[in-house]
Amino acid sequence: MSSDTLAKIPAVPDAPDHADSLRIVPQRRFGQWAAAVVVLALLGLALTSVLRNKAFQWGVVADYFTSDAVLRGLWLTLWLTAVVMVLGFALGTLLAVFRLSANPVLRSVSWGYVWLFRSIPVLVQLLLWFNIGALYPELFGVKTVDLLGPAQVAVVGLTLHEAAYAAEVVRGGLLSVERGQIEAAQALGLSRWRRLRRIVLPQAMRSIVPPAGNMLIGTLKGTAIVSVIAVNDLLFSAQLIYHRTYQVIPLLMVATLWYTVVTSVLGVGQYYVERHYARGSERAR
Amino acid sequence: MSVMVDIRSVRKSFGALTVLKGIDLQVRSGEVTVVLGPSGSGKSTLLRTINHLEKVDQGVISVDGTLIGYRRSGDRLYELPEREVLKQRTRIGFVFQNFHLFPHLTVEENITEAPVSALKRPRKEAVENARGLLARVGLADKAEAYPRQLSGGQQQRVAIARALALEPKLLLFDEPTSALDPELVGEVLDVIRDLAGQGTTMIVVTHEIGFAREVADNVVFMDDGRIVEQGPPADVLDRPQQERTRAFLSKVL
Repeated sequence: MSSDTLAKIPAVPDAPDHADSLRIVPQRRFGQWAAAVVVLALLGLALTSVLRNKAFQWGVVADYFTSDAVLRGLWLTLWLTAVVMVLGFALGTLLAVFRLSANPVLRSVSWGYVWLFRSIPVLVQLLLWFNIGALYPELFGVKTVDLLGPAQVAVVGLTLHEAAYAAEVVRGGLLSVERGQIEAAQALGLSRWRRLRRIVLPQAMRSIVPPAGNMLIGTLKGTAIVSVIAVNDLLFSAQLIYHRTYQVIPLLMVATLWYTVVTSVLGVGQYYVERHYARGSERAR
Repeated sequence: MSVMVDIRSVRKSFGALTVLKGIDLQVRSGEVTVVLGPSGSGKSTLLRTINHLEKVDQGVISVDGTLIGYRRSGDRLYELPEREVLKQRTRIGFVFQNFHLFPHLTVEENITEAPVSALKRPRKEAVENARGLLARVGLADKAEAYPRQLSGGQQQRVAIARALALEPKLLLFDEPTSALDPELVGEVLDVIRDLAGQGTTMIVVTHEIGFAREVADNVVFMDDGRIVEQGPPADVLDRPQQERTRAFLSKVL
């Protein structure tokens, strides 16, 4: 077909001669608009209901938000989270290295540990440690109750639980490192420890950090469980106040807002940690 | 000339699969030995046994008069602790087919890592040495780059510089150009040719027949876990005595 005949066929029967002056009208998406309006209206209703509901007692929330008792509780929550994370990941890394070692005994022990501590609910574990004195009234010549107060029980229980999950996260990270990296390091004569610390772990961190960030946030909120054994964390501090004043909701709001604030800060931190370990990768450029 | 590598009666199996069926091979100091053979012939495995990346099931390998991976006492061979093996490896450079540079370290850090941590060299000295090696492989301006920012040929040249940083007595190349785009093969072979010209003892597993003809002092043809034929390139490549060698060469040439 020659261009001559093409030109003679009109695009549409009554098309005007000047095609460039035609206006394009996007399809009207009434459904989308309607859905957006409905959702926004519902959100607005919920928000005004929350803000106008006197029972929330936002004034009380403001009063207690930075009170000494709450800040002390917050501090304990942060401290407990940090200690449990550090100890849990240290033990977890050890377990992951055991699991990947050539020694069948170490491999089995590591597998057994993860199986056991993932099987026991952390609440049950805390209660068991809290009552360990019934099994062993004395440890190292000291009364068990004196050795393991509520805070120590919280650290032990949460760490053992954390380590089981951390072991799997670290193991996944170690497995993500190409076998050739280890061989190259061996061929260069790098010691076992140096290979792990300098070559394997930094590369494993790329796959460890996202789930570890998840665990950190999970642990932060998970520490609230220690309120059952009367550890003065953020939640328990709030509870102590409302048991006295009966202002249950506003104090739960205080705790909720603090958990939200800390979680948000941690999320920002994770972004920078991930960027650090992306050195040399395509997406880092 | 003295013997640098002495391989005697080496056998190796992976489960039911026997990969090396009794290998005897001597490499003299300053010579370039090129190992040819079809894939699965055992040539890479043989190379990996020389720095004990693979343990042998039988036989002995010595480099520069030292038994690799074992200590002999009477008619027994006692496996050396890893620490000793690692020390032996620092005298043997190994270049992998897929480079295996450390992606999270810069080019310079890749090269200085082993001298600093395995040989305890002062960092400053290692860095200076690394700069010199990079200049030698034509990458003086890439010290601060990360491996992924380099082409395959450049990465392999960095890998060669990394192996040289330990000042090895022996260099082993495991198909150094097989993972490269055709137009990048030349730059890597140029570097290896340079090293050969300077009298470095090398064993090169490769499929580059032209390179073998030009650089090798000794060509070894392997098939099915055995050395079928060896000798100067003019003999093995141009007047092969064995039918199996002729068949292989007719396919790759």
